[in-house]
Amino acid sequence: MADHEALRSILATDCGSTTTKAILIELVDGEYRLMVRGEAPTTVEAPYEDVTRGVLNAVREVEELSGRTLIRDGSIIRPQDDGRGVDAYVSTSSAGGGLQVMVVGLVRSMTAESAQRAALGAGAIVMDVIALDDGRRDYERIERMRELRPDMILVSGGVDGGEVRKVVEMAELVAAANPQARLGAEYELPVIFAGNEDAREPVREALERVTQLTVVENLRPTMERERLGPARGEIQELFLQHVMAQAPGYPALMGWTDADIMPTPAAVGTLIEAVAAREGINVVGVDIGGATTDVFSVFEGTFNRTVSANLGMSYSISNVLAEAGLDNILRWVAAHPDPRRLGNEIRNKMIRPTTIPQTLLDLTIEQATAREALRLAFDQHKMLATELKGVQRQRDIADAFGAAGAETLVDMMALDLIIGSGGVLSHAPRRSQAALMMIDGFEPEGITRLAVDSIFMMPQLGVLSTINEQAATEVFYRDCLIPLGTCICPAGRGRDGSPCCRVTMRTDSGRRELEAAVGEMHLLPLGEDETAQLTVDPVGAFDVGAGRGRAVSGEVQGGVVGLVLDCRGRPLELPEDDTERTEAIARWQDALDVYPRLPEREEAAS
Amino acid sequence: MSAAETHGYTPGLRVTERAVIRRLRRLPLPGEVHVKAGDEVRAEQLVARTELPGNAVTVNVAHELSMTPQDAIDFIIVEEGEEVQPRQIIAESRSFWGLFHSIARAPIPGTIETISDITGQLLIRGEPIRVEIDAYIDGTVVQVQGDEAVVVETRGALAQGILGVGGEAHGQLRILCEAPDQVCHQGLVGEDCADCILVGSGRVTLDALQAAREVGAAGVVSGAIDDVELDEFLGEPLGVAITGQESLGLSLVLTEGFGDTPMRRRTFELLAEREGERASINGATQIRAGVIRPEVIVPEPQATWEAEGEQASVGLSVGSQVRLIRQPYFGMLAEVIELPEELEEIPTEARVRVARVRLQDPGEVTWEHVAEPREVITVPRANLEIIEG
Repeated sequence: MADHEALRSILATDCGSTTTKAILIELVDGEYRLMVRGEAPTTVEAPYEDVTRGVLNAVREVEELSGRTLIRDGSIIRPQDDGRGVDAYVSTSSAGGGLQVMVVGLVRSMTAESAQRAALGAGAIVMDVIALDDGRRDYERIERMRELRPDMILVSGGVDGGEVRKVVEMAELVAAANPQARLGAEYELPVIFAGNEDAREPVREALERVTQLTVVENLRPTMERERLGPARGEIQELFLQHVMAQAPGYPALMGWTDADIMPTPAAVGTLIEAVAAREGINVVGVDIGGATTDVFSVFEGTFNRTVSANLGMSYSISNVLAEAGLDNILRWVAAHPDPRRLGNEIRNKMIRPTTIPQTLLDLTIEQATAREALRLAFDQHKMLATELKGVQRQRDIADAFGAAGAETLVDMMALDLIIGSGGVLSHAPRRSQAALMMIDGFEPEGITRLAVDSIFMMPQLGVLSTINEQAATEVFYRDCLIPLGTCICPAGRGRDGSPCCRVTMRTDSGRRELEAAVGEMHLLPLGEDETAQLTVDPVGAFDVGAGRGRAVSGEVQGGVVGLVLDCRGRPLELPEDDTERTEAIARWQDALDVYPRLPEREEAAS
Repeated sequence: MSAAETHGYTPGLRVTERAVIRRLRRLPLPGEVHVKAGDEVRAEQLVARTELPGNAVTVNVAHELSMTPQDAIDFIIVEEGEEVQPRQIIAESRSFWGLFHSIARAPIPGTIETISDITGQLLIRGEPIRVEIDAYIDGTVVQVQGDEAVVVETRGALAQGILGVGGEAHGQLRILCEAPDQVCHQGLVGEDCADCILVGSGRVTLDALQAAREVGAAGVVSGAIDDVELDEFLGEPLGVAITGQESLGLSLVLTEGFGDTPMRRRTFELLAEREGERASINGATQIRAGVIRPEVIVPEPQATWEAEGEQASVGLSVGSQVRLIRQPYFGMLAEVIELPEELEEIPTEARVRVARVRLQDPGEVTWEHVAEPREVITVPRANLEIIEG
């Protein structure tokens, strides 16, 4: 690779479970810009079983679109020479189901939960959490470990100087299960021990016979402190050394890249952490995919990630239906589709996942389903992104079995920015649809910016940031992030039609005042490169960040949608009466110009 | 690639009269293979067998004897590697001249695998679990892969489905319906359906599935089902389309999906022509990466004909026969007459690649969203699948 500081061109790929996406970035007039994007089916599975074929196919599309030669002799040309090739190549991967980790700890809400956070932060899917208080018997735990075949197991347990015997018991359970690795029958399963330092030797004795054991620093050295870095780092290291090295074609791909291949979610997390740190803000990011929904958050500098493994918009859409219930999906639709037909249509999307909505009603139903997937995934995120449990008082393991829940770190009033990505958000025909889906799914409070990832290149930019932060940052702000605008959502409840707040907006073009009532939504035009001085003065029952009834003033940014004033109250409750509900949904959609015409009108017309 | 040809389409399901079909029969762990290359096999014939390590059960001896792990170790009276019977005493302590007597017993038959002096735990490995693999299809063993797997090959008809549940099954094909769009209901299932693979056509009802299970049918193949009825048949909502492990007492293969969709005429006729012949079905489905589709195989092990070529590699082009796979035209068949190169706006306002297709049978349009059935319609290319040979 050429000197990082002097990179003239960068190729980055993301090998997803279905599609491999390639982007070409070039230095143009001193700025890094996205030039073109190509994609091709991922080729990890049979009949190809070689990830590099999909990578080369995607890069070939980039070649065709850019007119630049990038491949020679079945490999990527580096460094750039006479307009051919690139100076650097980086990649992320979630192909073949991503990085699948099983977590073992002592108490579910304490060391096991810390271990879960470490695994998720490293970009893993946590297949199961085995803990003393998981309600299972030993033989059930052993059976579970045997049937799951994870890529690796993370064993935690005990603060330093604390419980040893129970930790060793759990290690013995792992040894008894003798779990086999998912990929490659010949090698021993990697196991990381990140628990009580006093238990290291007996854990070694129990596990070294049957697994590839690595010992790292305790991820919960005291009740009051989590130290996830060493375990996260080791998970990613083992991901490269063992999992990737066993996956078809990856050894060759690893030889091509100028930085370690990162698990896709870890790369997205890296980028979101960097954005939060650079701007000094609290950020929530969501990637709603076909099979899973990832949620990332940074609040007051603390990063958290969760993955809802069975909430998605195609492969897992039926699970959204099962978890949310049909009524919860239908409540977002300003029409009355036949429930039987709707259930069948959602299932047909699951079995033919690449199809797209063709009618307006179909689109509204898909977007209604997305709202529920976002809501459920965010609920799961809030439950895991918490303060450390077990900190407030001295206690032992027995106390923790009845432990009360800890406060979530997710503070919607303190949230500054929501970034959405994934097909249903990034490819919504109107950007206002993406904005309303995120507002309905997440229910932001106070004043919050909204943005979407234009073509889902956050993974590639995340791994790029590890070798050239400038390039990643410039492309992120100029070509990746599409600002939708800012939403103003007073928190509180009131009677529909009663006063909610007064908004005063000053821009270069003038001053505008608006008195908004409870139950209303308004869209105030404010373009992508525009800002406004805004004062929001809520009535007594409502809060926009300074306390009930207290006004807030400041500068807000516009976007392709504008300023959204959401006076529906928080928590958001839809009218119970069916007619009132459909009328309200239609009114809100009209206020934000969300659909070309109401689905019920379309249905009536047909 | 020419403007009139593209690979941006959904590969269709394979339905063919003449295919050479090979199926890998693999053990989860190495074991014994009971056949050799060249052997003719029947679907139900055992081809390989192995034993998986038995389930492990832990006994906390220290807890049972109410003492520390370090003390408990001295009272364990069995050794690692020793076989034990259920209820056999494995640790025993006496104190105060035998006044207090504590014992720990083996909860299951098995072998003592480990004894830990740190935790006072003892691990008993249960009896090995036997796993047997049958041939699945009538055919010939063409390859033996060490002591782990064999490949069975046959010639015959193959129809892939879109979704199935339940595992592998085999039996005689029995056709229940007279036309591809007939609802397959309980009244069509009689006592003589026992051990058969039953072929419906349109939507299969829950009561038909329950009746088939009651009479001991091996499996059901039909066009579609209502989603709530499938959930009821499964006993839980189907969340993710990864299936095949369900124990339902009956395997089900759906060729089209959910709702009132008729079975594709070609599939129906192909199966109807083979009524009375032996067939194998597999309900296993995995829609995500490494797509696995359920299938119906009607072997002709003695046949020598040339197989019909797979057409999956042929791209979508003008003249391609396609099926529309999204509302409002779901299930209809059409012929591609134009593949515009430029993106076009569809009623959702999305700008996508489209195809103009001529509906083959517009008279059958019954879907309520189709305002004006027209002979030529524009659809997103993502919403059609090519009909494979």
